[in-house]
Amino acid sequence: MYSEKVMDHFANPRNVGELDDANAVGEVGNAKCGDIMKIYMKIEDNIIKEVKFKTFGCGAAVATSSMATEMVKGKTIDDALKLTNKAVMEALDGLPPAKVHCSVLAEEAINAAIFDYYKRQGIEPPVEIKCSGCCADCHKHD
Amino acid sequence: MTKSVYLDNSATTPLKKEVLDEMMPYLCEHYGNPSSIYKIGREAKAAIETARQKVATSIGADSKEIFFTGCGTEADNWAIKGIAQAKEKKGKHIITSKIEHHAVLHTLESLEKQGYEVTYLNVDEYGKISLDDLRSAIRPDTILITIMAANNEVGTIQPIAEIGAIAKEHGVLFHTDAVQAIGSMEIDVKAMNIDLLSLSAHKFGGPKGVGALYARRNVLPSVFMHGGAQERARRAGTENVASIVGLGKAIELATSNIESKTAKIRAMRDRLIKEIPEKIPYIKLNGHPTDRLPGNVNFSFNFIEGEALLLMLDLNGIAASSGSACTSGSLDPSHVLLALGLPHEIAHGSLRLSIGESNTTEDIDYVLEVLPGIVQRLRDMSPLYEKVSKEMR
Repeated sequence: MYSEKVMDHFANPRNVGELDDANAVGEVGNAKCGDIMKIYMKIEDNIIKEVKFKTFGCGAAVATSSMATEMVKGKTIDDALKLTNKAVMEALDGLPPAKVHCSVLAEEAINAAIFDYYKRQGIEPPVEIKCSGCCADCHKHD
Repeated sequence: MTKSVYLDNSATTPLKKEVLDEMMPYLCEHYGNPSSIYKIGREAKAAIETARQKVATSIGADSKEIFFTGCGTEADNWAIKGIAQAKEKKGKHIITSKIEHHAVLHTLESLEKQGYEVTYLNVDEYGKISLDDLRSAIRPDTILITIMAANNEVGTIQPIAEIGAIAKEHGVLFHTDAVQAIGSMEIDVKAMNIDLLSLSAHKFGGPKGVGALYARRNVLPSVFMHGGAQERARRAGTENVASIVGLGKAIELATSNIESKTAKIRAMRDRLIKEIPEKIPYIKLNGHPTDRLPGNVNFSFNFIEGEALLLMLDLNGIAASSGSACTSGSLDPSHVLLALGLPHEIAHGSLRLSIGESNTTEDIDYVLEVLPGIVQRLRDMSPLYEKVSKEMR
């Protein structure tokens, strides 16, 4: 049911862990629905220097977290904000229909971390940031 | 090479060699249609009747009370819809439990849409129904009680003899889905006052695609399939002869010396139930501590999700099952675990290991060796575990 890429990112996830000196942390999802993604970033000069994640969830949740963090590492904030769930899915050679919401969660987790960065910097977040980590409804991503 | 350990015997079991041997002649050699009058037809017919007798003997029934079906789900559908239709003049109320298999629950939901009323009995934290609740749910228009003998997910065994006695006392028919129970516990339909019972061959070493419905004499559910005169004209269609022969052989093997055969399985189960919590903290045993299927182990692991756990086990060669939403194909985790009172987040992290006759001590050693590492690896990845591990430090 999963592509080889998904299984690779699940079995050998990239960027797992926490960042003690993170200046951007975003968490989306909730335990009741069975998936939570938490992303830590260290942002310097508008560039995501380091990124780590922790995820509670299924194989696709882990794989999309891993892939999304790979895709934003070293990128500017603006580029990271352009990351779509579709791009994450394509990079993983697709996801089963029931797992598309995991890629949405990954996109939102990146957004939520950057939202947190702006907040910490005392800057008004740009309007294109869609999610601040407020998603509490299991049915939202269908 | 990765080791291969099959611990999903509640999902299905390997076909036994002795069963296959009995089936083989009915595929190519004795290929006749059992309805034909010439020799190879008569041979096929005789083989079906021998199998029918074996099924009947194994549950204390008469061979005329056994009807072959395509699977356990069909037997459940037939029993419930058939009795609903046959008894609609008496009433339209049916009693069941909240932890039945979907073959029962979804069948009942379809009847609710047709104006039937269904009472879903609660279960306690171990998955048992209350006999007092059952008694008070019975009404003058109650036509059927359908309660499973043993639960497929958590393994809890219901007091079916007591349920049968209550049903008889109130003049209500009693159906039990015994798909998980056959071969794991003694069942005597007469002594237990069971009026209808569903079973499925592939759960006890038989082939897939064949099951049976026992219906006590004079307790006939309405005709299920119209057509020819097969199965006493109640379930028309040319019989799946080889598989029916396989069912007969498999049930004969599965129900002889149940106690001694399940002793080995029970010992492996008890070892997992004892040793897994010794190696892994923050877990909960689901199901009844003692009244459970001999091969059923079901734990919830806090802070991790079941599908990820299954994938990790699969990467290590272990086949198991989970009640997480991701494996149930819906947004909610298993209805059984929720009915036992588990919070959603704990239900998502469940793991069922179901032991069968082909498992060995080495299989159990292997699970005990790799499971703790897998759980820890997933926990180290989980933001829910972060807080706990920080508190421990």
